[in-house]
Amino acid sequence: MASRKDSTSTTTTTAVVSSSGGGTLDSPVRQIQIEGLVVLKIIKHYQEEGQGSEVVQGVLLGLVVEDRLEITNCFPFPQHTEDDADFDEVQYQMEMMRSLRHVNIDHLHVGWYQSTFYGSFVSRALLDSQFSYQHAIEESVVLIYDPIKTSQGSLSLKAYRLTPELMEICKEKDFTPEALKKANIGFEHMFEEVPIVIKNSHLISVLMWELEDKSTVADKHELLNLSSSNHLEKSLQLLMDRVDDMSQDIVKYNTYSRNLSKQTQQKHQYVQRRQQENVQRLSRGEPPLAEEDISKLFKPPQPPPRMDTLLIAGQINNYCHNVKEFTSQNLGKLFMAEALQGHNS
Amino acid sequence: MSVYGPAVKIHPVVLASIGDSYERRNEGAVRVIGTLLGTIEKHSVEITNCFSVPHNESEDEVAVDMEFAKNMYELHKRVSPSEVIIGWYATGFDITEHSVLIHEYYSREATNPIHLTVDTALQSGKMNIRAYVSAQMGVPGKTVGVMFTPLSVKYIYYDTERIGVDLLQRTRVTPSRTKGLTSDLSQVAGSASRVQDMLTTVLTYIEDVLSGKGTADNSVGRFLMDLINKVPTISAEDFETMLNSNINDLLMVTYLSNLTQAQIALNEKLVLL
Repeated sequence: MASRKDSTSTTTTTAVVSSSGGGTLDSPVRQIQIEGLVVLKIIKHYQEEGQGSEVVQGVLLGLVVEDRLEITNCFPFPQHTEDDADFDEVQYQMEMMRSLRHVNIDHLHVGWYQSTFYGSFVSRALLDSQFSYQHAIEESVVLIYDPIKTSQGSLSLKAYRLTPELMEICKEKDFTPEALKKANIGFEHMFEEVPIVIKNSHLISVLMWELEDKSTVADKHELLNLSSSNHLEKSLQLLMDRVDDMSQDIVKYNTYSRNLSKQTQQKHQYVQRRQQENVQRLSRGEPPLAEEDISKLFKPPQPPPRMDTLLIAGQINNYCHNVKEFTSQNLGKLFMAEALQGHNS
Repeated sequence: MSVYGPAVKIHPVVLASIGDSYERRNEGAVRVIGTLLGTIEKHSVEITNCFSVPHNESEDEVAVDMEFAKNMYELHKRVSPSEVIIGWYATGFDITEHSVLIHEYYSREATNPIHLTVDTALQSGKMNIRAYVSAQMGVPGKTVGVMFTPLSVKYIYYDTERIGVDLLQRTRVTPSRTKGLTSDLSQVAGSASRVQDMLTTVLTYIEDVLSGKGTADNSVGRFLMDLINKVPTISAEDFETMLNSNINDLLMVTYLSNLTQAQIALNEKLVLL
């Protein structure tokens, strides 16, 4: 039976981590170790079931060893097609885990995986799911698999966790601007990326050798493909949509702050008028008017929730990051093509 | 059902799964068995998934937990409704008498099941992966036996699977059998160096042939001709303009994304004032 060792964070720094990874993490998980089997299963799941729909999801199983999270197996979730999806899900999960325990597979939940479309995964749903996972199991991660980037030549698998600050905020469920200001969360501090390492056991290595021996050398060098405009177009389209959302949100916030300042002004004026009147009345010898409760007269406007803005900003950041990575790769390829042509002409 | 053609196609995830369940077998169990799932087309069988089934085996009897197998199949069917039971697998080199019994169990589930053996004990120095179909033999009416006829095994991949398997192959090289995921330009550099290696091999072969050391092979010569002709001859100015416009596009996009990032960072600061 796989037992979880209690891991205490061993770092001494308290640096806040940015989502670009690297540097010291002050969280209980420093590195993720994935078995080759899990990688293959995730790829296969998307390939077979994910062509039409938005995302495919599944559960990761494994164990925690010191400051490493080892993921040893996974199983996919069926799609949400029927209405009784909720009940089915829990039952499905329970049955799967029970069955897997019979064949000695680690049945410890350590996270979940999701496929993404051009990198658009920062959403409310993801946040909620990851929060509930991380709340229950401290070391859990969400693995994001990008099939489109993978088909361009290199496996794109990233692991994310929520930063402790974001966990605090989610616990309070307090998304007003003041709370966020207190916690000092920027869109860069929402998720932290954990480095991934792939490991294979000896037997699997032998299997791999056998595969290579038997299969033809159909080495598709997709990575060196020069055509990039399609991918760029799509990414930019998504980026533009997000920026539109962002600007709408900003307009909302601006109107809110304008309303707030107008209201404070009104309150101020009201209080002043009251005082003036009172002075006048006193001078005329009449009793002063009672101080009315101002807050009842002027209801403060509802502050808009800032969580959506944070999410949109995080998403835009992610898109930009992906686009830049893509363009840098393409620039390299273009220069290589130039060198090749230079030799010929 | 129709007789299958002589080849069975297997996806790498099946092999990895089998290896993993062998490693996790119970104490005292010599081999592991499980169900194979996949799709059947007109003349070919494709095995895309599998799961292991607990079983007990001793000298005289064998017990397979068929309830478990049925349950697992139902669960798997909910995720991928197009997969059906194709057959079963067992680790180990030979086919024993117990295999015949188990094969009978599976004949009830699927028509003409396929039996796959994976030699995890590496008895012959290599890992032998073989597939069999059962065929009746003997005198009809009297003693009827079952013979396992071998089929050839082919590995097929989806594109993304190919890339995943490539990455896994590279874990064989490092002593700790681990490999981090690289990013950005280092990937392009890796790809370029691989192409370079291939070109070097081809060049050494050509030089051998030219200096008389190696024999000239016509088909290889034809491939080389194709290779050289594939590089398109574009005039220098045309290529310049194409290259420059592409580079300009990419630079513009980089500039825009940097600008956007600066914008949202600024917005953040203003809001949190």
